[in-house]
Amino acid sequence: MLEDKKILKATKKTGLSAERRKEAIVGWLFLTPEIIGMVLLYVLPIIFAVLLSFTEWNLVGGLSEIRFVGLDNFVKMFSDERVFLALRNNLVYTVVVVPVSMIIALVLATLINSRVHMKSFFKVAFFIPYISSIIAVGAIWRALYHPSQGPINQLLSSIGVSNLPGWLADTSTSLLAIIIISIWTQIGYVVVIYLAGLANISQEIYEAAEMDGATSLQKFYKITFPLLAPTHMFLAITLLITSFKVFDLIKFLTNGGPINSSTVLVYLIYQEGFQRFNMGYASAISILLFTVVATLTYLTWKLQNSKIFGG
Amino acid sequence: MLTRLKKLDKVKLVNTIVLGLLSMFFLIPLIWMVSTAFKYESDVFVFPIEWIPRRINVVNNFKEVWFGDIPFYLFYWNSIKIAGSTTVITIFISSMAAFSFSKLRFKGRNLLFFTLISLMIIPEQSTLVPRFLLIRTMGLYNTHGALIFMAMFSIYFTFLMRQFMLSIEDDYIEAAKIDGANYFRIYWQVILPLCKPILATVGIIKFIWTWNDYQNPLIFLLSKELYPITMGMQLFQDDFADSYAVLMMASLSAILPLVIIFIILQKQVIEGISLGGVKG
Repeated sequence: MLEDKKILKATKKTGLSAERRKEAIVGWLFLTPEIIGMVLLYVLPIIFAVLLSFTEWNLVGGLSEIRFVGLDNFVKMFSDERVFLALRNNLVYTVVVVPVSMIIALVLATLINSRVHMKSFFKVAFFIPYISSIIAVGAIWRALYHPSQGPINQLLSSIGVSNLPGWLADTSTSLLAIIIISIWTQIGYVVVIYLAGLANISQEIYEAAEMDGATSLQKFYKITFPLLAPTHMFLAITLLITSFKVFDLIKFLTNGGPINSSTVLVYLIYQEGFQRFNMGYASAISILLFTVVATLTYLTWKLQNSKIFGG
Repeated sequence: MLTRLKKLDKVKLVNTIVLGLLSMFFLIPLIWMVSTAFKYESDVFVFPIEWIPRRINVVNNFKEVWFGDIPFYLFYWNSIKIAGSTTVITIFISSMAAFSFSKLRFKGRNLLFFTLISLMIIPEQSTLVPRFLLIRTMGLYNTHGALIFMAMFSIYFTFLMRQFMLSIEDDYIEAAKIDGANYFRIYWQVILPLCKPILATVGIIKFIWTWNDYQNPLIFLLSKELYPITMGMQLFQDDFADSYAVLMMASLSAILPLVIIFIILQKQVIEGISLGGVKG
Protein backbone atom coordinates (compact mmCIF):
# COMPACT_ATOMS: atom_id res chain seq x y z
CA MET A 1 0.00 0.00 0.00
CA LEU A 2 2.76 2.36 1.00
CA GLU A 3 4.50 1.58 -2.24
CA ASP A 4 1.30 2.41 -4.11
CA LYS A 5 1.05 5.83 -2.53
CA LYS A 6 4.67 6.60 -3.21
CA ILE A 7 4.28 5.72 -6.85
CA LEU A 8 1.09 7.75 -7.04
CA LYS A 9 2.87 10.75 -5.58
CA ALA A 10 5.78 10.31 -7.93
CA THR A 11 3.50 10.09 -10.94
CA LYS A 12 1.68 13.23 -9.91
CA LYS A 13 4.92 15.08 -9.49
CA THR A 14 6.48 14.03 -12.75
CA GLY A 15 3.22 14.19 -14.66
CA LEU A 16 3.17 10.53 -15.58
CA SER A 17 -0.60 10.24 -15.21
CA ALA A 18 -0.81 9.18 -18.84
CA GLU A 19 1.22 6.15 -17.82
CA ARG A 20 -1.28 5.36 -15.04
CA ARG A 21 -4.18 5.68 -17.44
CA LYS A 22 -2.47 3.33 -19.83
CA GLU A 23 -2.00 0.82 -17.03
CA ALA A 24 -5.72 1.02 -16.21
CA ILE A 25 -6.75 0.55 -19.84
CA VAL A 26 -4.45 -2.44 -20.24
CA GLY A 27 -5.72 -3.81 -16.93
CA TRP A 28 -9.33 -3.78 -18.12
CA LEU A 29 -8.30 -5.12 -21.53
CA PHE A 30 -6.67 -8.16 -19.98
CA LEU A 31 -9.79 -8.77 -17.92
CA THR A 32 -12.28 -8.38 -20.76
CA PRO A 33 -12.56 -12.06 -21.81
CA GLU A 34 -12.95 -13.20 -18.20
CA ILE A 35 -15.58 -10.55 -17.48
CA ILE A 36 -17.59 -11.40 -20.61
CA GLY A 37 -17.53 -15.07 -19.64
CA MET A 38 -18.60 -14.39 -16.09
CA VAL A 39 -21.49 -12.16 -17.15
CA LEU A 40 -22.73 -14.63 -19.78
CA LEU A 41 -22.27 -17.83 -17.79
CA TYR A 42 -22.85 -16.80 -14.19
CA VAL A 43 -24.49 -13.41 -13.67
CA LEU A 44 -27.16 -13.45 -16.39
CA PRO A 45 -28.03 -17.17 -15.99
CA ILE A 46 -28.61 -16.94 -12.25
CA ILE A 47 -30.84 -13.87 -12.73
CA PHE A 48 -32.71 -15.67 -15.50
CA ALA A 49 -33.08 -18.78 -13.37
CA VAL A 50 -34.78 -16.72 -10.68
CA LEU A 51 -37.08 -15.03 -13.22
CA LEU A 52 -37.95 -18.31 -14.93
CA SER A 53 -38.79 -19.93 -11.61
CA PHE A 54 -41.87 -17.67 -11.46
CA THR A 55 -43.12 -18.80 -14.86
CA GLU A 56 -44.66 -21.79 -16.50
CA TRP A 57 -43.00 -22.46 -19.80
CA ASN A 58 -42.71 -25.51 -21.97
CA LEU A 59 -39.79 -25.01 -24.33
CA VAL A 60 -41.53 -26.93 -27.10
CA GLY A 61 -44.23 -24.22 -27.29
CA GLY A 62 -41.74 -21.42 -27.98
CA LEU A 63 -41.37 -18.01 -26.35
CA SER A 64 -45.04 -17.06 -26.82
CA GLU A 65 -46.11 -19.81 -24.41
CA ILE A 66 -44.28 -18.31 -21.45
CA ARG A 67 -46.66 -17.45 -18.57
CA PHE A 68 -46.11 -15.73 -15.23
CA VAL A 69 -47.45 -17.92 -12.42
CA GLY A 70 -46.07 -16.26 -9.29
CA LEU A 71 -45.11 -18.71 -6.60
CA ASP A 72 -46.99 -21.66 -8.13
CA ASN A 73 -43.81 -23.61 -8.92
CA PHE A 74 -42.61 -23.34 -5.35
CA VAL A 75 -45.99 -24.36 -3.97
CA LYS A 76 -45.99 -27.32 -6.36
CA MET A 77 -42.44 -28.18 -5.33
CA PHE A 78 -43.27 -28.52 -1.67
CA SER A 79 -46.09 -30.93 -2.37
CA ASP A 80 -44.14 -32.89 -5.03
CA GLU A 81 -43.19 -36.28 -3.66
CA ARG A 82 -40.21 -36.56 -6.01
CA VAL A 83 -38.72 -33.35 -4.64
CA PHE A 84 -39.14 -34.72 -1.15
CA LEU A 85 -37.50 -38.02 -2.18
CA ALA A 86 -34.68 -36.21 -3.97
CA LEU A 87 -33.93 -34.04 -0.96
CA ARG A 88 -34.08 -37.07 1.33
CA ASN A 89 -31.72 -39.04 -0.96
CA ASN A 90 -29.34 -36.09 -1.16
CA LEU A 91 -29.30 -35.97 2.64
CA VAL A 92 -28.82 -39.72 3.13
CA TYR A 93 -26.07 -39.71 0.51
CA THR A 94 -24.32 -36.77 2.19
CA VAL A 95 -24.63 -38.11 5.72
CA VAL A 96 -23.01 -41.40 4.67
CA VAL A 97 -20.50 -40.32 2.03
CA VAL A 98 -18.91 -37.39 3.87
CA PRO A 99 -17.96 -39.02 7.22
CA VAL A 100 -17.15 -42.46 5.76
CA SER A 101 -14.85 -40.98 3.09
CA MET A 102 -13.13 -38.84 5.67
CA ILE A 103 -12.55 -41.66 8.17
CA ILE A 104 -11.21 -44.12 5.59
CA ALA A 105 -9.05 -41.43 3.98
CA LEU A 106 -7.64 -40.27 7.31
CA VAL A 107 -6.60 -43.84 8.15
CA LEU A 108 -5.02 -44.28 4.73
CA ALA A 109 -3.25 -40.91 4.81
CA THR A 110 -1.87 -41.53 8.28
CA LEU A 111 -0.55 -44.93 7.18
CA ILE A 112 1.00 -43.49 4.00
CA ASN A 113 2.57 -40.74 6.09
CA SER A 114 4.03 -43.21 8.60
CA ARG A 115 7.00 -45.51 8.15
CA VAL A 116 5.96 -47.58 5.17
CA HIS A 117 7.47 -49.18 2.08
CA MET A 118 6.39 -48.15 -1.44
CA LYS A 119 4.99 -44.77 -0.35
CA SER A 120 4.65 -43.36 -3.86
CA PHE A 121 3.00 -46.52 -5.15
CA PHE A 122 0.24 -46.18 -2.56
CA LYS A 123 -0.31 -42.51 -3.33
CA VAL A 124 -0.88 -43.44 -6.98
CA ALA A 125 -3.01 -46.51 -6.22
CA PHE A 126 -5.62 -44.64 -4.22
CA PHE A 127 -5.69 -41.76 -6.63
CA ILE A 128 -6.34 -43.68 -9.85
CA PRO A 129 -10.11 -44.08 -9.25
CA TYR A 130 -10.40 -40.31 -8.73
CA ILE A 131 -8.91 -39.35 -12.08
CA SER A 132 -10.67 -42.15 -13.96
CA SER A 133 -13.72 -41.20 -15.98
CA ILE A 134 -16.70 -41.60 -13.66
CA ILE A 135 -18.66 -43.13 -16.53
CA ALA A 136 -16.04 -45.84 -17.15
CA VAL A 137 -15.97 -46.45 -13.41
CA GLY A 138 -19.76 -46.71 -13.44
CA ALA A 139 -19.56 -49.33 -16.19
CA ILE A 140 -17.12 -51.42 -14.14
CA TRP A 141 -19.29 -51.34 -11.03
CA ARG A 142 -22.45 -52.12 -12.99
CA ALA A 143 -20.80 -55.40 -13.97
CA LEU A 144 -19.49 -56.06 -10.45
CA TYR A 145 -23.01 -55.44 -9.06
CA HIS A 146 -24.73 -57.79 -11.56
CA PRO A 147 -27.49 -59.32 -9.36
CA SER A 148 -27.22 -62.97 -10.43
CA GLN A 149 -23.75 -63.39 -11.95
CA GLY A 150 -21.71 -60.42 -10.67
CA PRO A 151 -18.50 -61.13 -8.73
CA ILE A 152 -19.79 -59.34 -5.60
CA ASN A 153 -22.93 -61.44 -5.28
CA GLN A 154 -21.06 -64.64 -6.25
CA LEU A 155 -18.62 -63.91 -3.45
CA LEU A 156 -21.47 -63.22 -1.01
CA SER A 157 -23.25 -66.43 -1.97
CA SER A 158 -20.03 -68.45 -1.68
CA ILE A 159 -19.67 -67.33 1.93
CA GLY A 160 -23.23 -68.37 2.62
CA VAL A 161 -25.33 -65.20 2.23
CA SER A 162 -28.70 -66.42 0.97
CA ASN A 163 -30.60 -63.13 0.68
CA LEU A 164 -28.50 -61.55 -2.07
CA PRO A 165 -28.94 -57.79 -2.58
CA GLY A 166 -30.16 -56.59 -5.95
CA TRP A 167 -27.81 -53.56 -5.78
CA LEU A 168 -28.65 -51.08 -8.57
CA ALA A 169 -31.80 -52.97 -9.54
CA ASP A 170 -33.48 -52.88 -6.14
CA THR A 171 -35.27 -49.89 -4.60
CA SER A 172 -33.82 -50.64 -1.16
CA THR A 173 -30.17 -50.84 -2.26
CA SER A 174 -29.83 -48.58 -5.34
CA LEU A 175 -28.76 -45.52 -3.35
CA LEU A 176 -26.34 -47.60 -1.26
CA ALA A 177 -24.80 -48.99 -4.46
CA ILE A 178 -24.26 -45.44 -5.74
CA ILE A 179 -22.83 -44.38 -2.38
CA ILE A 180 -20.24 -47.18 -2.40
CA ILE A 181 -19.02 -46.18 -5.87
CA SER A 182 -18.85 -42.51 -4.87
CA ILE A 183 -16.76 -43.25 -1.80
CA TRP A 184 -14.49 -45.55 -3.80
CA THR A 185 -14.00 -42.81 -6.41
CA GLN A 186 -13.32 -39.82 -4.21
CA ILE A 187 -11.15 -41.39 -1.50
CA GLY A 188 -8.03 -40.51 -3.51
CA TYR A 189 -8.92 -36.81 -3.40
CA VAL A 190 -9.57 -36.86 0.35
CA VAL A 191 -6.30 -38.74 0.97
CA VAL A 192 -4.33 -36.16 -1.00
CA ILE A 193 -5.85 -33.27 0.97
CA TYR A 194 -5.14 -35.05 4.26
CA LEU A 195 -1.56 -35.72 3.18
CA ALA A 196 -1.13 -32.01 2.46
CA GLY A 197 -2.52 -31.27 5.92
CA LEU A 198 -0.22 -33.81 7.55
CA ALA A 199 2.80 -32.32 5.79
CA ASN A 200 2.03 -29.03 7.53
CA ILE A 201 2.39 -30.51 11.02
CA SER A 202 5.87 -29.88 12.38
CA GLN A 203 7.93 -32.99 13.14
CA GLU A 204 9.28 -31.31 16.28
CA ILE A 205 5.94 -31.75 18.04
CA TYR A 206 6.11 -35.50 17.47
CA GLU A 207 9.72 -35.64 18.61
CA ALA A 208 8.82 -33.81 21.80
CA ALA A 209 5.93 -36.22 22.39
CA GLU A 210 8.24 -39.20 21.83
CA MET A 211 10.62 -37.84 24.43
CA ASP A 212 7.71 -37.83 26.86
CA GLY A 213 7.06 -41.45 25.95
CA ALA A 214 3.85 -41.07 23.92
CA THR A 215 2.60 -44.15 22.05
CA SER A 216 1.65 -44.02 18.36
CA LEU A 217 -2.03 -44.06 19.26
CA GLN A 218 -1.60 -41.22 21.75
CA LYS A 219 0.31 -39.23 19.15
CA PHE A 220 -2.57 -39.68 16.74
CA TYR A 221 -5.32 -38.66 19.17
CA LYS A 222 -3.46 -35.90 20.98
CA ILE A 223 -1.48 -34.36 18.09
CA THR A 224 -2.40 -35.45 14.59
CA PHE A 225 -6.18 -35.40 14.85
CA PRO A 226 -6.61 -32.01 16.58
CA LEU A 227 -3.92 -30.29 14.51
CA LEU A 228 -5.74 -31.38 11.36
CA ALA A 229 -8.81 -29.38 12.40
CA PRO A 230 -8.64 -26.89 9.48
CA THR A 231 -8.29 -29.80 7.05
CA HIS A 232 -11.25 -31.65 8.59
CA MET A 233 -13.31 -28.50 8.25
CA PHE A 234 -12.27 -27.82 4.67
CA LEU A 235 -12.99 -31.39 3.61
CA ALA A 236 -16.29 -31.69 5.45
CA ILE A 237 -17.69 -28.67 3.70
CA THR A 238 -16.16 -29.31 0.27
CA LEU A 239 -17.53 -32.86 0.33
CA LEU A 240 -20.90 -31.62 1.58
CA ILE A 241 -21.16 -29.31 -1.42
CA THR A 242 -20.07 -31.95 -3.96
CA SER A 243 -22.56 -34.34 -2.43
CA PHE A 244 -25.42 -32.01 -3.26
CA LYS A 245 -24.23 -31.81 -6.86
CA VAL A 246 -24.10 -35.59 -7.44
CA PHE A 247 -25.56 -36.49 -10.85
CA ASP A 248 -23.33 -38.36 -13.33
CA LEU A 249 -23.35 -41.81 -11.71
CA ILE A 250 -27.08 -41.64 -11.07
CA LYS A 251 -27.93 -40.63 -14.61
CA PHE A 252 -25.63 -43.29 -16.05
CA LEU A 253 -26.52 -46.20 -13.77
CA THR A 254 -30.07 -45.85 -12.44
CA ASN A 255 -31.80 -42.86 -14.04
CA GLY A 256 -32.91 -42.03 -10.53
CA GLY A 257 -34.67 -45.39 -10.18
CA PRO A 258 -35.91 -47.91 -9.63
CA ILE A 259 -39.08 -45.92 -8.83
CA ASN A 260 -37.23 -42.72 -7.81
CA SER A 261 -35.28 -44.62 -5.13
CA SER A 262 -32.01 -42.98 -6.16
CA THR A 263 -33.21 -39.65 -7.52
CA VAL A 264 -31.50 -36.42 -6.40
CA LEU A 265 -32.04 -32.69 -6.95
CA VAL A 266 -29.75 -32.34 -9.97
CA TYR A 267 -31.36 -35.38 -11.56
CA LEU A 268 -34.80 -33.77 -11.11
CA ILE A 269 -33.55 -30.58 -12.77
CA TYR A 270 -32.33 -32.68 -15.70
CA GLN A 271 -35.58 -34.63 -15.88
CA GLU A 272 -37.90 -31.63 -15.71
CA GLY A 273 -35.77 -29.31 -17.85
CA PHE A 274 -34.27 -31.54 -20.50
CA GLN A 275 -36.60 -34.50 -20.79
CA ARG A 276 -39.97 -32.83 -20.17
CA PHE A 277 -38.88 -29.27 -21.11
CA ASN A 278 -40.72 -27.69 -18.16
CA MET A 279 -38.27 -24.81 -17.97
CA GLY A 280 -40.17 -22.94 -15.24
CA TYR A 281 -40.43 -25.85 -12.85
CA ALA A 282 -36.85 -26.95 -13.55
CA SER A 283 -35.71 -23.41 -12.69
CA ALA A 284 -37.62 -23.47 -9.40
CA ILE A 285 -35.80 -26.68 -8.41
CA SER A 286 -32.55 -25.04 -9.54
CA ILE A 287 -33.19 -22.18 -7.13
CA LEU A 288 -33.73 -24.69 -4.32
CA LEU A 289 -30.38 -26.31 -5.20
CA PHE A 290 -28.70 -22.91 -5.41
CA THR A 291 -30.03 -21.94 -1.99
CA VAL A 292 -28.75 -25.13 -0.37
CA VAL A 293 -25.31 -25.00 -2.02
CA ALA A 294 -24.86 -21.26 -1.56
CA THR A 295 -25.64 -21.54 2.13
CA LEU A 296 -23.11 -24.33 2.53
CA THR A 297 -20.45 -22.46 0.54
CA TYR A 298 -21.05 -19.31 2.52
CA LEU A 299 -20.47 -21.33 5.69
CA THR A 300 -17.16 -22.61 4.30
CA TRP A 301 -15.91 -19.11 3.77
CA LYS A 302 -17.16 -17.97 7.11
CA LEU A 303 -15.46 -20.85 8.89
CA GLN A 304 -12.28 -20.62 6.91
CA ASN A 305 -12.20 -16.90 7.58
CA SER A 306 -10.88 -16.74 4.07
CA LYS A 307 -7.28 -16.02 3.36
CA ILE A 308 -8.29 -15.35 -0.22
CA PHE A 309 -7.52 -11.66 -0.01
CA GLY A 310 -4.45 -12.04 2.13
CA GLY A 311 -2.40 -12.51 -1.07
CA MET B 1 20.27 -49.86 19.21
CA LEU B 2 20.14 -52.83 16.90
CA THR B 3 17.03 -54.28 18.55
CA ARG B 4 15.31 -50.91 18.32
CA LEU B 5 16.03 -50.72 14.63
CA LYS B 6 14.67 -54.22 14.11
CA LYS B 7 11.50 -53.35 16.00
CA LEU B 8 10.92 -50.25 13.93
CA ASP B 9 11.38 -52.20 10.73
CA LYS B 10 8.73 -54.63 11.89
CA VAL B 11 6.35 -51.67 12.32
CA LYS B 12 7.18 -50.53 8.83
CA LEU B 13 6.46 -53.97 7.45
CA VAL B 14 3.14 -54.24 9.27
CA ASN B 15 2.13 -50.78 8.04
CA THR B 16 2.98 -51.76 4.50
CA ILE B 17 0.97 -54.98 4.69
CA VAL B 18 -2.09 -53.22 6.16
CA LEU B 19 -1.90 -50.50 3.53
CA GLY B 20 -1.37 -53.12 0.84
CA LEU B 21 -4.53 -54.98 1.85
CA LEU B 22 -6.53 -51.76 1.96
CA SER B 23 -5.24 -50.71 -1.42
CA MET B 24 -6.48 -54.00 -2.89
CA PHE B 25 -10.02 -52.81 -2.27
CA PHE B 26 -9.31 -49.84 -4.53
CA LEU B 27 -7.34 -51.72 -7.15
CA ILE B 28 -9.42 -54.90 -7.49
CA PRO B 29 -12.23 -53.29 -9.54
CA LEU B 30 -9.61 -51.88 -11.91
CA ILE B 31 -7.74 -55.18 -12.13
CA TRP B 32 -11.06 -56.91 -12.80
CA MET B 33 -11.70 -54.46 -15.65
CA VAL B 34 -8.32 -55.14 -17.26
CA SER B 35 -8.66 -58.88 -16.88
CA THR B 36 -12.22 -58.88 -18.26
CA ALA B 37 -11.18 -56.82 -21.27
CA PHE B 38 -9.02 -59.80 -22.30
CA LYS B 39 -11.76 -62.43 -21.91
CA TYR B 40 -14.38 -64.20 -23.97
CA GLU B 41 -17.87 -63.14 -22.98
CA SER B 42 -18.71 -66.60 -21.66
CA ASP B 43 -15.77 -66.50 -19.23
CA VAL B 44 -16.55 -63.10 -17.73
CA PHE B 45 -18.58 -64.25 -14.75
CA VAL B 46 -16.84 -67.59 -14.12
CA PHE B 47 -16.42 -68.02 -10.36
CA PRO B 48 -13.88 -68.18 -8.73
CA ILE B 49 -12.68 -65.28 -10.86
CA GLU B 50 -10.02 -66.09 -13.46
CA TRP B 51 -7.73 -63.16 -12.82
CA ILE B 52 -5.45 -64.34 -15.59
CA PRO B 53 -7.80 -65.44 -18.35
CA ARG B 54 -7.49 -69.02 -19.56
CA ARG B 55 -8.63 -68.10 -23.06
CA ILE B 56 -7.63 -64.74 -24.50
CA ASN B 57 -9.98 -62.75 -26.72
CA VAL B 58 -8.36 -59.36 -26.44
CA VAL B 59 -7.89 -58.79 -30.18
CA ASN B 60 -11.56 -59.27 -30.96
CA ASN B 61 -12.66 -57.11 -28.04
CA PHE B 62 -10.26 -54.42 -29.14
CA LYS B 63 -11.53 -54.58 -32.72
CA GLU B 64 -15.13 -54.43 -31.57
CA VAL B 65 -14.47 -51.30 -29.53
CA TRP B 66 -12.18 -49.44 -31.89
CA PHE B 67 -13.39 -50.53 -35.32
CA GLY B 68 -16.92 -51.81 -34.67
CA ASP B 69 -20.31 -50.19 -35.24
CA ILE B 70 -19.72 -47.51 -32.62
CA PRO B 71 -16.71 -45.46 -33.73
CA PHE B 72 -14.64 -45.22 -30.56
CA TYR B 73 -11.70 -43.54 -32.30
CA LEU B 74 -14.04 -40.71 -33.24
CA PHE B 75 -15.10 -40.18 -29.58
CA TYR B 76 -11.46 -40.27 -28.62
CA TRP B 77 -10.61 -37.64 -31.17
CA ASN B 78 -13.57 -35.50 -30.05
CA SER B 79 -12.42 -35.73 -26.43
CA ILE B 80 -8.86 -34.78 -27.32
CA LYS B 81 -10.15 -31.86 -29.37
CA ILE B 82 -12.56 -30.60 -26.69
CA ALA B 83 -10.28 -31.12 -23.68
CA GLY B 84 -7.22 -29.85 -25.55
CA SER B 85 -8.73 -26.62 -26.81
CA THR B 86 -10.54 -25.94 -23.53
CA THR B 87 -7.28 -26.33 -21.64
CA VAL B 88 -5.30 -24.00 -23.90
CA ILE B 89 -8.00 -21.31 -23.98
CA THR B 90 -8.57 -21.48 -20.21
CA ILE B 91 -4.85 -21.01 -19.58
CA PHE B 92 -4.87 -17.84 -21.68
CA ILE B 93 -8.06 -16.31 -20.34
CA SER B 94 -7.25 -17.08 -16.70
CA SER B 95 -3.62 -16.04 -16.86
CA MET B 96 -4.51 -12.76 -18.54
CA ALA B 97 -7.05 -12.00 -15.84
CA ALA B 98 -4.62 -13.11 -13.13
CA PHE B 99 -1.91 -10.85 -14.58
CA SER B 100 -4.25 -7.91 -14.43
CA PHE B 101 -5.40 -8.75 -10.88
CA SER B 102 -1.88 -9.20 -9.55
CA LYS B 103 0.43 -6.89 -11.48
CA LEU B 104 -1.56 -3.98 -12.86
CA ARG B 105 -2.91 -1.22 -10.64
CA PHE B 106 -6.18 0.50 -11.43
CA LYS B 107 -9.35 1.64 -9.73
CA GLY B 108 -11.97 -0.98 -9.00
CA ARG B 109 -9.56 -3.88 -9.36
CA ASN B 110 -10.05 -5.38 -5.92
CA LEU B 111 -13.80 -4.88 -5.94
CA LEU B 112 -13.97 -6.72 -9.26
CA PHE B 113 -11.81 -9.53 -7.92
CA PHE B 114 -14.06 -9.87 -4.90
CA THR B 115 -17.13 -9.98 -7.14
CA LEU B 116 -15.61 -12.74 -9.28
CA ILE B 117 -14.68 -14.81 -6.25
CA SER B 118 -18.20 -14.53 -4.88
CA LEU B 119 -19.60 -15.88 -8.17
CA MET B 120 -17.98 -19.21 -7.27
CA ILE B 121 -20.90 -19.70 -4.91
CA ILE B 122 -23.21 -20.44 -7.87
CA PRO B 123 -23.32 -24.19 -8.60
CA GLU B 124 -23.26 -24.69 -12.35
CA GLN B 125 -26.16 -27.16 -12.19
CA SER B 126 -28.45 -24.41 -10.95
CA THR B 127 -27.95 -22.40 -14.13
CA LEU B 128 -28.37 -25.27 -16.61
CA VAL B 129 -31.71 -24.05 -17.98
CA PRO B 130 -30.65 -20.44 -18.73
CA ARG B 131 -27.31 -21.61 -20.11
CA PHE B 132 -29.15 -23.99 -22.39
CA LEU B 133 -31.25 -21.08 -23.70
CA LEU B 134 -28.11 -18.94 -24.10
CA ILE B 135 -26.28 -21.63 -26.05
CA ARG B 136 -29.28 -22.09 -28.33
CA THR B 137 -29.53 -18.34 -28.90
CA MET B 138 -25.83 -18.17 -29.73
CA GLY B 139 -26.34 -20.93 -32.28
CA LEU B 140 -23.88 -23.16 -30.47
CA TYR B 141 -26.31 -25.95 -29.51
CA ASN B 142 -25.02 -29.33 -30.67
CA THR B 143 -21.48 -28.08 -31.37
CA HIS B 144 -18.15 -28.62 -29.64
CA GLY B 145 -18.08 -24.84 -29.38
CA ALA B 146 -20.82 -25.05 -26.74
CA LEU B 147 -18.73 -27.33 -24.52
CA ILE B 148 -15.55 -25.32 -25.00
CA PHE B 149 -17.30 -22.01 -24.42
CA MET B 150 -18.84 -23.18 -21.17
CA ALA B 151 -15.64 -24.66 -19.79
CA MET B 152 -13.09 -22.05 -20.84
CA PHE B 153 -13.75 -19.55 -18.06
CA SER B 154 -12.57 -20.53 -14.62
CA ILE B 155 -12.63 -18.34 -11.55
CA TYR B 156 -10.84 -21.00 -9.55
CA PHE B 157 -7.87 -21.16 -11.93
CA THR B 158 -7.73 -17.36 -12.17
CA PHE B 159 -7.52 -17.33 -8.39
CA LEU B 160 -4.74 -19.96 -8.27
CA MET B 161 -2.72 -18.14 -10.93
CA ARG B 162 -3.17 -14.79 -9.23
CA GLN B 163 -1.80 -16.23 -6.00
CA PHE B 164 1.20 -17.56 -7.90
CA MET B 165 1.83 -14.28 -9.73
CA LEU B 166 1.69 -12.29 -6.51
CA SER B 167 4.82 -14.15 -5.45
CA ILE B 168 6.72 -12.95 -8.53
CA GLU B 169 8.91 -9.93 -7.73
CA ASP B 170 7.82 -6.65 -9.33
CA ASP B 171 11.49 -6.03 -10.13
CA TYR B 172 11.17 -8.25 -13.20
CA ILE B 173 8.43 -6.01 -14.53
CA GLU B 174 10.26 -2.77 -13.69
CA ALA B 175 13.36 -4.06 -15.44
CA ALA B 176 11.35 -5.00 -18.53
CA LYS B 177 9.71 -1.56 -18.53
CA ILE B 178 13.10 0.13 -18.45
CA ASP B 179 14.04 -1.99 -21.45
CA GLY B 180 11.03 -0.44 -23.17
CA ALA B 181 8.68 -3.45 -23.08
CA ASN B 182 4.94 -2.72 -23.13
CA TYR B 183 2.45 -4.64 -20.93
CA PHE B 184 1.67 -7.20 -23.60
CA ARG B 185 5.32 -8.10 -23.95
CA ILE B 186 5.71 -8.18 -20.17
CA TYR B 187 2.81 -10.63 -19.92
CA TRP B 188 4.04 -12.78 -22.77
CA GLN B 189 7.81 -12.72 -22.29
CA VAL B 190 8.24 -12.12 -18.57
CA ILE B 191 5.23 -13.35 -16.60
CA LEU B 192 4.11 -16.41 -18.58
CA PRO B 193 7.57 -18.04 -18.66
CA LEU B 194 7.90 -17.51 -14.90
CA CYS B 195 4.48 -19.11 -14.39
CA LYS B 196 5.29 -22.39 -16.12
CA PRO B 197 4.86 -24.55 -12.97
CA ILE B 198 1.37 -23.25 -12.17
CA LEU B 199 0.36 -23.32 -15.85
CA ALA B 200 1.36 -26.99 -16.04
CA THR B 201 -0.54 -27.83 -12.87
CA VAL B 202 -3.67 -25.99 -13.89
CA GLY B 203 -3.50 -27.29 -17.46
CA ILE B 204 -3.35 -30.95 -16.45
CA ILE B 205 -6.20 -30.64 -13.97
CA LYS B 206 -8.35 -28.83 -16.52
CA PHE B 207 -7.61 -31.47 -19.14
CA ILE B 208 -8.62 -34.29 -16.78
CA TRP B 209 -11.82 -32.54 -15.70
CA THR B 210 -12.89 -31.75 -19.23
CA TRP B 211 -12.02 -35.26 -20.47
CA ASN B 212 -14.24 -36.72 -17.74
CA ASP B 213 -17.13 -34.27 -18.17
CA TYR B 214 -20.42 -36.03 -18.83
CA GLN B 215 -23.14 -33.57 -17.86
CA ASN B 216 -22.47 -30.86 -20.45
CA PRO B 217 -22.14 -33.19 -23.46
CA LEU B 218 -25.30 -34.98 -22.28
CA ILE B 219 -27.29 -31.76 -22.36
CA PHE B 220 -25.64 -29.74 -25.12
CA LEU B 221 -24.87 -32.36 -27.77
CA LEU B 222 -27.36 -34.23 -29.93
CA SER B 223 -25.37 -35.79 -32.78
CA LYS B 224 -23.53 -39.01 -32.01
CA GLU B 225 -20.59 -38.08 -34.24
CA LEU B 226 -19.85 -35.14 -31.90
CA TYR B 227 -19.81 -37.25 -28.72
CA PRO B 228 -16.78 -37.26 -26.45
CA ILE B 229 -15.65 -40.46 -24.79
CA THR B 230 -17.98 -40.24 -21.77
CA MET B 231 -21.04 -40.10 -24.02
CA GLY B 232 -19.47 -42.80 -26.19
CA MET B 233 -19.39 -45.01 -23.11
CA GLN B 234 -23.10 -44.32 -22.71
CA LEU B 235 -23.72 -45.53 -26.28
CA PHE B 236 -21.65 -48.64 -25.61
CA GLN B 237 -23.64 -49.41 -22.52
CA ASP B 238 -26.92 -48.97 -24.40
CA ASP B 239 -25.80 -51.22 -27.26
CA PHE B 240 -23.64 -53.77 -25.46
CA ALA B 241 -25.49 -53.87 -22.14
CA ASP B 242 -24.65 -57.55 -21.67
CA SER B 243 -21.31 -57.78 -23.46
CA TYR B 244 -19.16 -57.09 -20.45
CA ALA B 245 -15.86 -58.02 -22.09
CA VAL B 246 -16.38 -55.40 -24.80
CA LEU B 247 -17.64 -52.86 -22.26
CA MET B 248 -14.57 -53.35 -20.08
CA MET B 249 -12.34 -52.91 -23.12
CA ALA B 250 -14.15 -49.62 -23.76
CA SER B 251 -13.75 -48.57 -20.11
CA LEU B 252 -10.08 -49.47 -20.19
CA SER B 253 -9.63 -47.40 -23.36
CA ALA B 254 -11.37 -44.43 -21.73
CA ILE B 255 -9.34 -44.59 -18.51
CA LEU B 256 -5.89 -45.53 -19.80
CA PRO B 257 -4.72 -42.20 -21.29
CA LEU B 258 -5.54 -40.36 -18.07
CA VAL B 259 -3.79 -42.94 -15.93
CA ILE B 260 -0.69 -42.64 -18.13
CA ILE B 261 -0.76 -38.83 -17.98
CA PHE B 262 -1.24 -39.07 -14.24
CA ILE B 263 1.62 -41.49 -13.65
CA ILE B 264 4.01 -39.35 -15.71
CA LEU B 265 2.92 -36.03 -14.18
CA GLN B 266 1.73 -37.15 -10.75
CA LYS B 267 3.59 -34.41 -8.93
CA GLN B 268 1.73 -31.66 -10.81
CA VAL B 269 -1.64 -33.42 -10.60
CA ILE B 270 -1.43 -34.04 -6.87
CA GLU B 271 -0.12 -30.55 -6.25
CA GLY B 272 -2.92 -29.04 -8.30
CA ILE B 273 -5.55 -30.98 -6.40
CA SER B 274 -4.11 -30.15 -2.99
CA LEU B 275 -3.59 -26.42 -3.71
CA GLY B 276 -7.22 -25.78 -2.98
CA GLY B 277 -7.04 -27.67 0.26
CA VAL B 278 -4.09 -26.22 2.11
CA LYS B 279 -5.31 -22.67 1.84
CA GLY B 280 -7.13 -21.40 4.88
